[in-house]
Amino acid sequence: MTSLSSAPRRVRDAGPSGWLAAPALIFFLAFAVVPLIGVVFLSFTSWNGLGEIKLEGLSSWTTVLTDPVTGNALVVTAKIMFFSFVVQAPVSLLLGVFTAGGQKYRAALAVLYFLPLLLSSAAVAIAFKALLDPNFGLGPGFKLPILTQDWLGNSDLVLFVVVFVIAWQFVPFHTLIYQGGVRQIPASLYEAAEIDGAGRFRQFWNITLPQLKYTIITSSTLMVVGSLAYFDLIFVLTGGGPGYSTRLLPLHMYLTGFKANDMGAASALGVILIVIGLGLALLLQRLGGKNRNASQLEGA
Amino acid sequence: MASTTQLPVPPSRVTADPAAAPVARTKGPGRQRPNLLGGVGGWLWLAIIIIPIYYVVITSFKNQAGFFTSNPMLPAPEPTLDNYKLVLDNNFVKYFTNSVIVTLGTVLPALAVSFMAAYAIVRGKSRFLNWTNNLFLLGLAIPLHATIIPIYWMITRAHLYDTLLALILPSVAFAIPVSVLILSNFMRDVPNELFESMRLDGCSDWAMMWRLALPMTKPAVITVGIYNALHVWNGFLFPLILTQSPATRVLPLSLWTFQGEFSVNIPAILASVVLATLPLLVIYVVARRQLLSGLTAGFSK
Repeated sequence: MTSLSSAPRRVRDAGPSGWLAAPALIFFLAFAVVPLIGVVFLSFTSWNGLGEIKLEGLSSWTTVLTDPVTGNALVVTAKIMFFSFVVQAPVSLLLGVFTAGGQKYRAALAVLYFLPLLLSSAAVAIAFKALLDPNFGLGPGFKLPILTQDWLGNSDLVLFVVVFVIAWQFVPFHTLIYQGGVRQIPASLYEAAEIDGAGRFRQFWNITLPQLKYTIITSSTLMVVGSLAYFDLIFVLTGGGPGYSTRLLPLHMYLTGFKANDMGAASALGVILIVIGLGLALLLQRLGGKNRNASQLEGA
Repeated sequence: MASTTQLPVPPSRVTADPAAAPVARTKGPGRQRPNLLGGVGGWLWLAIIIIPIYYVVITSFKNQAGFFTSNPMLPAPEPTLDNYKLVLDNNFVKYFTNSVIVTLGTVLPALAVSFMAAYAIVRGKSRFLNWTNNLFLLGLAIPLHATIIPIYWMITRAHLYDTLLALILPSVAFAIPVSVLILSNFMRDVPNELFESMRLDGCSDWAMMWRLALPMTKPAVITVGIYNALHVWNGFLFPLILTQSPATRVLPLSLWTFQGEFSVNIPAILASVVLATLPLLVIYVVARRQLLSGLTAGFSK
């Protein structure tokens, strides 16, 4: 501790010592920055996860880049990213506005809307696996043939099922963000619009939406970048199948590394994932303009 | 207030929009008209959210024969607690304890080091601190889980594979960027004069950090703590790649392994889902507001 003379020293501009940041920095360097460098290094090696690591030059990269499964994983990732954004963004915006309303029944509904936030991805996946079973789930329960499908076994349907389950799990989180955003809009704006005779739709279009601009940017960024982290849900729900139909990039990386024991190729896939994530984050930040929230990117 | 003459428009509203005042196109009950479309949508979404949860809960009380024969959407004719007993007898308490250890073991150190770093970044001026802050910001934009392979390598090399510490160390590192960002956002709101007057009283930075900055940012610290705790509690990827034995299994991974152990005993699998969710449900019931504000961790600040 710095010893100070009792005489008040007017200005001590130095501020706190940089050492205070050292523990956080050391943790972050050791378990985030070093692995980040490590994943690039390992992509130029061959390693089965147990034995020796051998430098192999570009062989992992040529394997990964010529493998049609990689291209397929990129397409699946893009599809899931696109569809889950198109589904989640409007639904969570509307629900955010809905739950921000003062009515009692809406507050009560909101308490239930947020329940999925309590479940882990593994729990959500297991619940839906049982619910979507064509023999003992939703379809026979409601006696509706349309609900009695082999939801997770039909490669034409499964992608949309995955998008639906993702929405079920993550819409509540974004609803919460929008609810917070709507509550910060000054009530006087609506009062003025009311006096002008603006109807509900006009108010939504001309006040709510423009006022939510930064919330929309934050939520959209989290949705898009976050979709690169949909690993556990899909891993438990479909395992990437049937075939390769839901094998998105993070899952492809895991299976290549820990099931096919090709850590070199998996590291190359990890590098691709990092480049895509970083590129998307920077792009969205640019699109969103100068906004301090846009930098709050977490694969939430 | 309490004026006897009923004005068509309260005065405050007139001043809010002077242009509208002379026209006086006021439709009193305009706002009260119920939003039918919104209401229908709201109840529809409730059905979407509730049906899976309802299904999980009712099925977890069915015996296996009942599961195969009864209507899947109706409660069990003879509810049974056997499935819960089976899950509890299968090491559930051990997995729960492991989850608690990993969550606390991650969140408390992560909060401490992030708080100190945030304080230094906000109050300090050195180039080193600026660089540190930028590094953490970059960490937010990178999907860090893409680094699981080198993390696996490091953990095995350090002979930490299949230990709880293996889960804690990288989790602390991954929690730091978002924690520092949010804590420093809040710390900037603490008035500078308070620090200056404490400085005049001869306080060291160390003392100011704990006696001024910490009390002033306590809500943010709690929020960040909850946010990180939920992520660690529900985390699946690190346990999957860094542990394997039942002795180090945490709850989310245990759900996945129960699936293998109980195979066709779906009611028991779903009972494990209910049991694993119960702790958070209890917290949700007693402290919903804190939990929800922790979840968005200042994203809508």
